[in-house]
Amino acid sequence: MDSALWAAKTGLDAQQTRMTVVSHNLANVNTTGFKKDRAVFEDLLYQNQRQVGGATSQDTISPTGLNIGTGVRVVATEKNHTQGNLNTTGNSLDVAIQGRGFFQVLLPDGSFGYTRDGGFKMSAEGELVTASGYKVQPGITIPAGAQSITIGNDGVVTATIAGQAAPTQIGTLQLTDFVNPAGLQPRGENLLSESAASGPAQTSTPGLNGLGSLQQGALEGSNVNVVEELVNMIETQRAYEMNSKAISTTDQMLQYVSQNL
Amino acid sequence: MDRLLYVAMSGAKETLRAQASNNHNLANASTTGFRADLAAFQARAVHGAGFESRVYSTAASTGFDASTGALVSTGRDLDVAVRGDGFIAVQGLDGREAYTRAGDLRIEADGSLRTGTGLQVMGDGGPVNVPPATSVFVGADGGVSIVPLGQGADTRAIVGRIKLVKPEIAQVERSADGLFRLRDGTDAPADASVQLASGVLESSNVNVADSMVKMIELSRRFDLQVKAMRAAEDGGAASSKLLSLG
Repeated sequence: MDSALWAAKTGLDAQQTRMTVVSHNLANVNTTGFKKDRAVFEDLLYQNQRQVGGATSQDTISPTGLNIGTGVRVVATEKNHTQGNLNTTGNSLDVAIQGRGFFQVLLPDGSFGYTRDGGFKMSAEGELVTASGYKVQPGITIPAGAQSITIGNDGVVTATIAGQAAPTQIGTLQLTDFVNPAGLQPRGENLLSESAASGPAQTSTPGLNGLGSLQQGALEGSNVNVVEELVNMIETQRAYEMNSKAISTTDQMLQYVSQNL
Repeated sequence: MDRLLYVAMSGAKETLRAQASNNHNLANASTTGFRADLAAFQARAVHGAGFESRVYSTAASTGFDASTGALVSTGRDLDVAVRGDGFIAVQGLDGREAYTRAGDLRIEADGSLRTGTGLQVMGDGGPVNVPPATSVFVGADGGVSIVPLGQGADTRAIVGRIKLVKPEIAQVERSADGLFRLRDGTDAPADASVQLASGVLESSNVNVADSMVKMIELSRRFDLQVKAMRAAEDGGAASSKLLSLG
């Protein structure tokens, strides 16, 4: 069938995908440590129907050719790793990262996941876990009877234990960084996993080697900008409508042929 | 058979092609850095003995609309847009240098600087590579500066310069992969007068209102061609009736 219909159809497809991305961003406007996605569009191949510069006679060449584009596609969705707002919660187990880096957690299948969501909880064994129950790596166990827990900017975790005057160091939170954080594979549950595109994980102490520092009693909010997403949504809707108009117009043209000839 | 039918058919066929090109523009109304395709019609007279009444039409793409699209602020350090005329040089999949207006850059695991579609960005002396860095910044002249990992903000290092070119628009054509190349197959020299804006992306330069009007116009023109084909059919039927013996 005619490429006019198909070009407009690819437009509908791409705008639909973009709408999904925008909706996903808006749905995650309150998700701790969420990083917004963006759909990356690319124009599809051009059909060369008449070569530009082809000889029209022995001495002359055609100054223009005919290249008809075949539409658009979404080539990637890209995570935008800008800093989200830090919201103070006052909860001693809430930790926000200010700058680069991710917390490393151990997943049930033995692999590692990476997250910016520092809303940690305590498991029944006293271990520091994420909201989904995955253990933070390297593991930190809070002793029974700990009165208060302090997490320093450099990740040092100390606990004040009843009956002891001096606080005890019980572990260190570390951060992991990647050369290309946008290349990490998102896997839901606020987790990302390493991929060939992200580069290898480099674990280090917070505040050193370009990593961000930690802030206790705060959480990093989503970096979704609601106004921006709403504008994206309007733009997507209008582009969708215009592409659907293009399909119905092309359809009417073909209908006219079949009815009148 | 009267040739009116073929003349009208060529008009209808080429109008449908122009509609395809227009639909392609509409489909790319939100593709970063996209340049609208321009289509035009050419008259092709059939020369020969007798009165030259047969003039067929052919659709031709006369290149692309070189006007600048709107700049959209994204706030991302690696989003750049070319101010005014000019292009960013990238390495096409065929290994040759090609040009694009889409400046949604990213850094791959191997440190290479690539566009959103995965093409390597060219520097003045080959592809640009960015060492591990805390922050990357692209200057107005295309210079890529970083704060190396583990260093303070006071140690900025220039690691390369994105090749920016400004060839004559008449010399530039769009290849089948959507990238721009010079017509004569050579590489354009770097041009220091091209400026980049950081933290913004250039949207598609498709004028949607214009495209919609064009769509209606093409649609109506198509109807007229089909009407002419219909008239040719009616004429043929009438003449065959005239000559029938029964």
